[in-house]
Amino acid sequence: MITEKDVDHVALLARLEITSKEREMYTNQLNDILEYFQSLQRLDTENVQPTAYVLPLKNVYREDQVGDHLPLEEALANCPDREENYFKVPKIV
Amino acid sequence: MQLYQLTAHEMHDLLINKELSAEELNNKIFDRIEAVDDKIGAYITITKKSALERARVVDRQIQAGEKIAPLAGIPVALKDNICTKGVRTTAGSKILSNFIPPYSATVVEKLEAAGATVIGKTNMDEFAMGSSTENSAFFATKNPWDTQRVSGGSSGGAAAAVCAGAAVCALGSDSGGSIRQPASFCGVVGLKPTYGAVSRYGLISSASSLDQIGPFARDVTDCALLLGAISGHDPNDSTSASYKTPDFTASLINNVRGLKIGVPEEYMAEGLEPEVRAAVEKAMSLFESLGADVEYTTLPHTEYVLATHHIIGSAEASSNLARYDGVRYGFRAFEAGDVIDMFMKTRGQGFGPEVKRRIMLGTYALSAGYYDVYYLKAMKVRTLIKQDFERAFEKYDLLLSPTSPTPAFRFGKKIDDPLQMYLSDIFTSSSNLAGIPSISLSCGFVGRLPVGLQLIGKYFDEGTILRAAYTFEQNTDYHKEFPEV
Repeated sequence: MITEKDVDHVALLARLEITSKEREMYTNQLNDILEYFQSLQRLDTENVQPTAYVLPLKNVYREDQVGDHLPLEEALANCPDREENYFKVPKIV
Repeated sequence: MQLYQLTAHEMHDLLINKELSAEELNNKIFDRIEAVDDKIGAYITITKKSALERARVVDRQIQAGEKIAPLAGIPVALKDNICTKGVRTTAGSKILSNFIPPYSATVVEKLEAAGATVIGKTNMDEFAMGSSTENSAFFATKNPWDTQRVSGGSSGGAAAAVCAGAAVCALGSDSGGSIRQPASFCGVVGLKPTYGAVSRYGLISSASSLDQIGPFARDVTDCALLLGAISGHDPNDSTSASYKTPDFTASLINNVRGLKIGVPEEYMAEGLEPEVRAAVEKAMSLFESLGADVEYTTLPHTEYVLATHHIIGSAEASSNLARYDGVRYGFRAFEAGDVIDMFMKTRGQGFGPEVKRRIMLGTYALSAGYYDVYYLKAMKVRTLIKQDFERAFEKYDLLLSPTSPTPAFRFGKKIDDPLQMYLSDIFTSSSNLAGIPSISLSCGFVGRLPVGLQLIGKYFDEGTILRAAYTFEQNTDYHKEFPEV
């Protein structure tokens, strides 16, 4: 069972502010969904390899050459707050 | 017959015979959008000016006697999670409501190189999470066949636009059925290609091992043309496969003689609406009468598909969506205190309920102590599900099933019960887990609501899917039906 305290912890890990109403709703819904997920535990997967990607691709490299890059102004064009050529954020330390 | 009801290949004939200019054609589609989109709500953004400019370029080529590509001048809509340089791309989310991409997705560049005109960006469930577009931060897209009902999702706007004649064809994305299920609900053709066959560069990521871009069209021929235009290796997408794009139009053969088609019995079991079953059984009989061998088979791990898909999808999404922090692009909550508070308020206010639910679920499934129980377990079950298909494809060329267990449902019916909503992808999400291609096309009606038939193929064997779908279409009239909007 997931408690409201667990939901608060996960919300902090995920950097999501939730309201008390959301906390209650997510606690109920996540419990329902996780109970549904329990069905997988019936399967014996002791000797089964996990599949992360379906294609047999490994270590895809590109040539170590300088390519085109986003010009500074375009890279900064969408940012909500900037100062000179920097993304501006609230004080960290 | 109205001009907006024609297929792309029929419009191409009009263009090269100079019976119509590309500019006139595009204007006709914009007129249609103006006439119906208030009722449907397929579009978030319309790009009329740039589309008409592109159309005039095509017209000059035609006037100069140049040979034009099959999609030249054809109005195409894009799901709003496919980046378009200089054109707002929202992914259906408040957090990206003012995002203007500095580059275009590879598929957009390929379409534009083929001369197609991008006419607008279509509505979707936020970050492609949902099956009805009710999770869009902006509005829900109505089904052109019955505006009391959903268009399906997450690519519901793209499907509804093609269905209503408000686009000739479109591109969507499919991570669990997001092309095929809305195609089924709207009675159009929708194809999810093999994982890696189409570049995902410039597609706003939801679940990276499941996401795939694919076409919506009014018939199988247009679907093949679009697929041919967008597929192929892309160095900008390290998960794109190195393979030579076949000529998909060569697969448009009206012949299924000798084709071995398996019907997974688990996909015809309980929960399937009787009229949907009847329509699919009729399709099975038709394939048989046309010389295919059709028999029931089994995919034994089917009952684990939804849970597996949802764990993997949520885990990948929670990781992908970590980038929306209000720093480099998108919405920021400015009333925050320190930087952590700013992240939390930005994300708390910027994301809608289903996205938050999946981020929470994914974060939980990846967190210390639960990784093995949920995420690793799901990746192992994914192997078993994939092996089910590999075993089936030793015997069959294709698998056949309904696309969704019901036709389009009413607004509000499933939105408060996440598990019920996930169930509408029960037959489609297995193809994303296995990475194999699947198509949905119309195979009947329940009243005036379309029913979708799903054909599932082997890796990189879109050709056989298109051949069977084309044959089905040539021997039925369902695709000729048009809704009254």
